[in-house]
Amino acid sequence: MTQAAGGGLSVRHLSHSFGPRRALDDVSFEVAQGAFCALLGPNGAGKSTLFALLTRLVTTPQGEIEVAGVNLARHPRAALAQMGVVFQQPTLDLDLTVRRNLRYFAALHGLSGREAEARIDAALERLDMAERGGELARSLNGGHRRRTEIARALIHRPRVLLLDEPTVGLDAASRANITRHVHDLASDMGLTVLWATHLTDEVWATDRLVILHRGRVLADSVAGRVAGDRPLTEVFLAMTGAEA
Amino acid sequence: MTAQTQEAQAAQDRDAATQRPRTAWGTSLLAIVEREALRFLGQRGRFFAALVRPLVWLLVFAAGFRAALGLSIIPPYQTYITYEVYIVPGLCGMILLFNGMQSSLSLVYDREMGSMRLLLTSPQPRWWLLFSKLVAGTCVSILQAYAFLAISAAFGIVMPWLGYILVLPALFVGGLMLGALGLALSSFVRQLENFAGVMNFVIFPMFFLSSALYPLWKMEESSQLLRDICAVNPFTHAVELIRFALYAQFNGWALLWTLVATVAFGVLALWGYDPARGTTRAGG
Repeated sequence: MTQAAGGGLSVRHLSHSFGPRRALDDVSFEVAQGAFCALLGPNGAGKSTLFALLTRLVTTPQGEIEVAGVNLARHPRAALAQMGVVFQQPTLDLDLTVRRNLRYFAALHGLSGREAEARIDAALERLDMAERGGELARSLNGGHRRRTEIARALIHRPRVLLLDEPTVGLDAASRANITRHVHDLASDMGLTVLWATHLTDEVWATDRLVILHRGRVLADSVAGRVAGDRPLTEVFLAMTGAEA
Repeated sequence: MTAQTQEAQAAQDRDAATQRPRTAWGTSLLAIVEREALRFLGQRGRFFAALVRPLVWLLVFAAGFRAALGLSIIPPYQTYITYEVYIVPGLCGMILLFNGMQSSLSLVYDREMGSMRLLLTSPQPRWWLLFSKLVAGTCVSILQAYAFLAISAAFGIVMPWLGYILVLPALFVGGLMLGALGLALSSFVRQLENFAGVMNFVIFPMFFLSSALYPLWKMEESSQLLRDICAVNPFTHAVELIRFALYAQFNGWALLWTLVATVAFGVLALWGYDPARGTTRAGG
């Protein structure tokens, strides 16, 4: 039985090409339920392609993805229902309030009325955003917009949370805050987290670490073990070369 | 595949079936319509721009053109009409056409900015999400068309009162058809900057090669070929559907044509947004 069956994420022999360019080549890894897994790779490593496949924006005939035990290709809607996603691009409607943005998302997951409001309250509370519900998304700073997007991704109580470079464009304090928040979500709520990044300082020594480079998995272990007694940045640069 | 693997897969299928999210037809549709309406109401400039365009045609172009174009009595009209009266349904169609393209432009923008991803990764059937988007855009078009009809009435171009009710389904079908065309285009145009060009190649031929500004028999006097092109243009049929509905008459042929075009454009859009084709570009 795969680890995904218990609420985790499983990627097996996934390959994908855009025309002649091989974006992913036989990528396999598993993330156990409640684990925080950092997907580390330089720009162009294939992280966004992997996310597009994980979220079914793109499909490929080669390989399999299981989300909380549900096969994405065979049961896309059931698998997507188990998944919360924070995209690299901002996806908030800036002219709507935070709460309206969340309400829209809740409705796309079939939630409305009191149930939706209760879940929105809980999600905002968890991300320390309860006071901001009535504000226009446009008035929030970058860090708070990201927190809103994370709160939104939790409304339907997913078992797996995917974040594609969620700290891009944020200052150091906001980056550290969001990284800590999401680590807490994994440890407190048992949420399986896949966090794509190219920044080694966002990876904690106890995290699962998958290093992706030129569409292939170079390392798949605990971050502390991959780094050994050297700084992770040094190891990462050595593995991926000057392009990192 | 071994018997054990098959059994495990069957068990997983059963589990997935029980976990399958309930399709929230109404909830998701209302949310998408509400979001589109709020966006529209927040963009007052867009509302006025959408009204100014047909009003300029009605109050300036039609006034100048009136003397040049003599109109005979053709259905659904039962008497001689002025040119302003003739082009009102065509200008309603123009609102639907521009709005359909504007909505698809915003879809290309949404896709580049990411909010389209949010929609497409929700656990509702993709065709329903795209249909909801179409309905949302059409509702906004209908609001604009009614505002235009109200202003036209204020200038003395009044339709039978029943026509104002019966035109609603005609505007809806026409709006869906033109929205579906925009949706299909948006799935094939990858970049925002390319879209303006595509719009010019679609909007202007579609509008001018139709019965919006002149009846087909008038076009036939100039060129049989142009008349035939106008006759197969689905926009012509959307305009005629609206024209007949505004005079409380039913044009079955126009409805059939418009529905067939809606289905064809809808299928094309669904194919365009098929995940096997991919809706995102490769990145990091």
